[in-house]
Amino acid sequence: MNAFATEMSAEPASVAEAVPREELLRVDNVSLSFGGVKAITDISFDILKGEIRAIIGPNGAGKTSMLNVINGFYHPQQGTITWQGKERRKMKPYEAASQGIARTFQNVALFKGMTTLDNIMSGRSLKMHRNFFWQLIWRGPAEREEIEHRKKVEEIIDFLEIQAIRKTPVGRLPYGLQKRVELGRALAMEPDLLLLDEPMAGMNLEEKEDMSRFIIDVNQEFGTTIALIEHDMGVVMDLSDRVVVLDYGKKIADGPPEDVQANQNVIDAYLGVSH
Amino acid sequence: MVGSASASSHGNDTFPKILSHNAKVFGSRTAFREKDFGIWQSWTWSEVCEEIRAFSIGLKSLGLGAGDKVAIVGANRPRLYWAMIAAQALGAVPVPVYSDSVAEEMAYVLGHAEVKFAVVEDQEQVDKLLSMSDEVPSLTNIIYDEVRGLRDYDHTHLHGYETVQEKGRQLQANDGALAGQWAEGFFGGKGSDIAVMLYTSGTTGRPKGVMLSFDNLAVSARNANVFDHLDESEEVLAYLPMAWIGDHVFSLAQAFTAGYCVNCPEGMDTIDVDRREIAPTYFFAPPRVFENMLTQIMVRMEDAGKTKRAMFDFFMNVARKVGEKILNGEEVAFGDRVLYRLGEFLVYGPLKNRMGLTRMKVGYTAGEAIGPEIFRFYRALGLNLKQLYGQTEASVYITLQPDGEIFGDTVGKPAPDVELKIADSGEVMYRSPGVFVGYFKNDEATESTKTSDGWVHTGDAGIIAENGHLKIIDRAKDVGKLNDGSLFAPKYIENKLKFFPNIKEAVAFGHERDMVAVFLNIDLTAVGSWAERNNVNYASYQELAAHPDVYSMVESHVDQVNRDLSSEPMMAGAQIKRFLILHKELDADDGELTRTQKVRRSFIADRYAPLIEALYDGSTSKHVRTEVTFEDGRKGAIEATVEIRNMETHDVGKGIQEAAE
Repeated sequence: MNAFATEMSAEPASVAEAVPREELLRVDNVSLSFGGVKAITDISFDILKGEIRAIIGPNGAGKTSMLNVINGFYHPQQGTITWQGKERRKMKPYEAASQGIARTFQNVALFKGMTTLDNIMSGRSLKMHRNFFWQLIWRGPAEREEIEHRKKVEEIIDFLEIQAIRKTPVGRLPYGLQKRVELGRALAMEPDLLLLDEPMAGMNLEEKEDMSRFIIDVNQEFGTTIALIEHDMGVVMDLSDRVVVLDYGKKIADGPPEDVQANQNVIDAYLGVSH
Repeated sequence: MVGSASASSHGNDTFPKILSHNAKVFGSRTAFREKDFGIWQSWTWSEVCEEIRAFSIGLKSLGLGAGDKVAIVGANRPRLYWAMIAAQALGAVPVPVYSDSVAEEMAYVLGHAEVKFAVVEDQEQVDKLLSMSDEVPSLTNIIYDEVRGLRDYDHTHLHGYETVQEKGRQLQANDGALAGQWAEGFFGGKGSDIAVMLYTSGTTGRPKGVMLSFDNLAVSARNANVFDHLDESEEVLAYLPMAWIGDHVFSLAQAFTAGYCVNCPEGMDTIDVDRREIAPTYFFAPPRVFENMLTQIMVRMEDAGKTKRAMFDFFMNVARKVGEKILNGEEVAFGDRVLYRLGEFLVYGPLKNRMGLTRMKVGYTAGEAIGPEIFRFYRALGLNLKQLYGQTEASVYITLQPDGEIFGDTVGKPAPDVELKIADSGEVMYRSPGVFVGYFKNDEATESTKTSDGWVHTGDAGIIAENGHLKIIDRAKDVGKLNDGSLFAPKYIENKLKFFPNIKEAVAFGHERDMVAVFLNIDLTAVGSWAERNNVNYASYQELAAHPDVYSMVESHVDQVNRDLSSEPMMAGAQIKRFLILHKELDADDGELTRTQKVRRSFIADRYAPLIEALYDGSTSKHVRTEVTFEDGRKGAIEATVEIRNMETHDVGKGIQEAAE
């Protein structure tokens, strides 16, 4: 028989198990409420460096609130957040961004009138060092810096295979491509942690397959840690290393996809039982 | 005749030899460009030589040797072109394969060719090859260009292009004599060695591996360069499938022999932009591409403001009147000449710039007949667009239209060194230095195609007109007879129909039947744009195709074709009596078209047998259910009731009168 066939079709070597991963972010006993409404109650979990972590749960379970807490948009009333080993104080989203947390949104939030290139370029703004004065003079350092950033942006465009829409205003693009541009803008920040809020929502099968491929590639090629919220269970089970399940603002399960899938609490939450 | 004086090569008879010659003569000229990261990256001839040498030595260290076959799978990229030369330098034979063909088709070709190595573009192709390793037991090593997604694969038999090159460079650094030995290796090669194996897409049966020698390609390429005065200053865009003989000759054989620059686009979707940026001087495209460019312009002009449209219409009329005469160097009135100049400034120039054809010296179209209207449009703009007739088995060139002798309905005179004759059966036959060596592992087919004294059956029926130009009527085996004995040439009828922008595909039936009847596909872009302008609502191709107004519009086109046919005594008996518009677009995924978008007649006849029956039993509509394959490979079915219309025919001769009016 063909030695080539057997050797080459072997599953990719799983590096994940071998090296114990470092903790990137840790959420301890976090609670968040809006007036009388408790969005999140006493939740703890961690995100390890280099993994794809999924947050799932039925509608209204507090998933997006959780992401908002992580990227500093909401500050929890109780509990602590530890980011790269240091406990985090109350902060603004842009501070979180400059510390290396990038995100995409459930509804696309791009600058519709600007081109794909400019949108992704805007993701580099935190990395621009020359001040307003230099930008005005332009020639020299600011120009050189822009060329550097453009190079990085072009790498992302190449990576996401959106060369053909480089100069197209994003408002004219189909939804699936807009989502891809949004991912590109988040990547332009070269984040340590990338938060994706329903990256596949509203996509057809082909677009979903493409997006899944990009998420895996981002994780593997750039080593970016990814936390994602997603409703498509097939996608979640295929992509993620570990899954945390929320229901009514509480954590009901946490672990590898296959364990979570078999967990009775999770099944109940999704199929619905009387509380 | 072989190796004529005009194409003498001074001993540079193989591409590796030509490469090292070019590296010396054109050392610092740009040989290849590829748009990557938004910028045109370029390589000079001497850089290309170094890249190829490193890769070739790397391949050798992996065990590639003389006689081995190397599959090349992917979109047009400099590295894949280089891989072909790198293989040739070791005496191995490259086998470029259509990268978009489904795994099953590809597995057959690779298995038949017994490829040992494969050089591929990216993960998609790697996965495809891995999935077929059982059908291709000869395959031992895969080399990929794009590393993305492949990091975690087992790399025992899988290598990155750069890794292989790096290995080659290291070996050269360790052993100074290696580069010399490498060159000595191919300097022993002969022009009669097999240069490449190209599998024909095959409208019937399994693909056949056409073996072409270096002499075939180099002599044909040099002849073509001389014919159109092409030199090292040309720029071409390499965007057609690498497995196709046309691309192999234009982007490799002619580029190497002339020393001109080959530009690889950024991606398949960016070709229009890339063409505008490069502005190729020598451009080849199948009629489809020219049709699409024209359709885009026309759709845009529909949306343009009044002034612009008036200006466009006025100057296009001027161009239609005198443009072609000016291009052919004929006498034109002074006033018209001035108007044409003004038009060049206001309309033609900007249009050509938009299409990226500003610098085009010579353009060719072939593969299918081009609509006379479309052809005339480009020529009227002052673009030297010409037609050629060729085949894989001929290393492309059989006939070419010489400058100034352009006729819409003929494909030109025999190319340099080509002998042409029409067999008693009406089949076109040729003999030339480009004639292929044989089909790989298929002596039977070789013998039935190529006579012992070197004449090749083209499989096309044609006539040589009084002016010495060849006119192709149809595939020889497709030409049939109606029951009343009239000649029935389906392709001829279909092409006449397809010249209408609204009609995308046509399939004619009539052999051994009482009358001619056709299946039609409407063109969704053209008819869709018409629907938009006329407030016709539709949700799908199927719905638009069945619309009564669309039927009426198409009916008038069919009537026009009948009128044309009636003016030609030979064809008048084959006027269309009945037609229908198919409820789905013919698609290569369903096997209805070949990968090069040619209709597979017999397959369609089987698949739509009930509809054909309905065409001939007089019924006015028919309900059908057709299985379709979606892009992700799943199957489904669509159902529809298809309307069938009857047509009036015209008397012979009456059409001539009207055409003359």
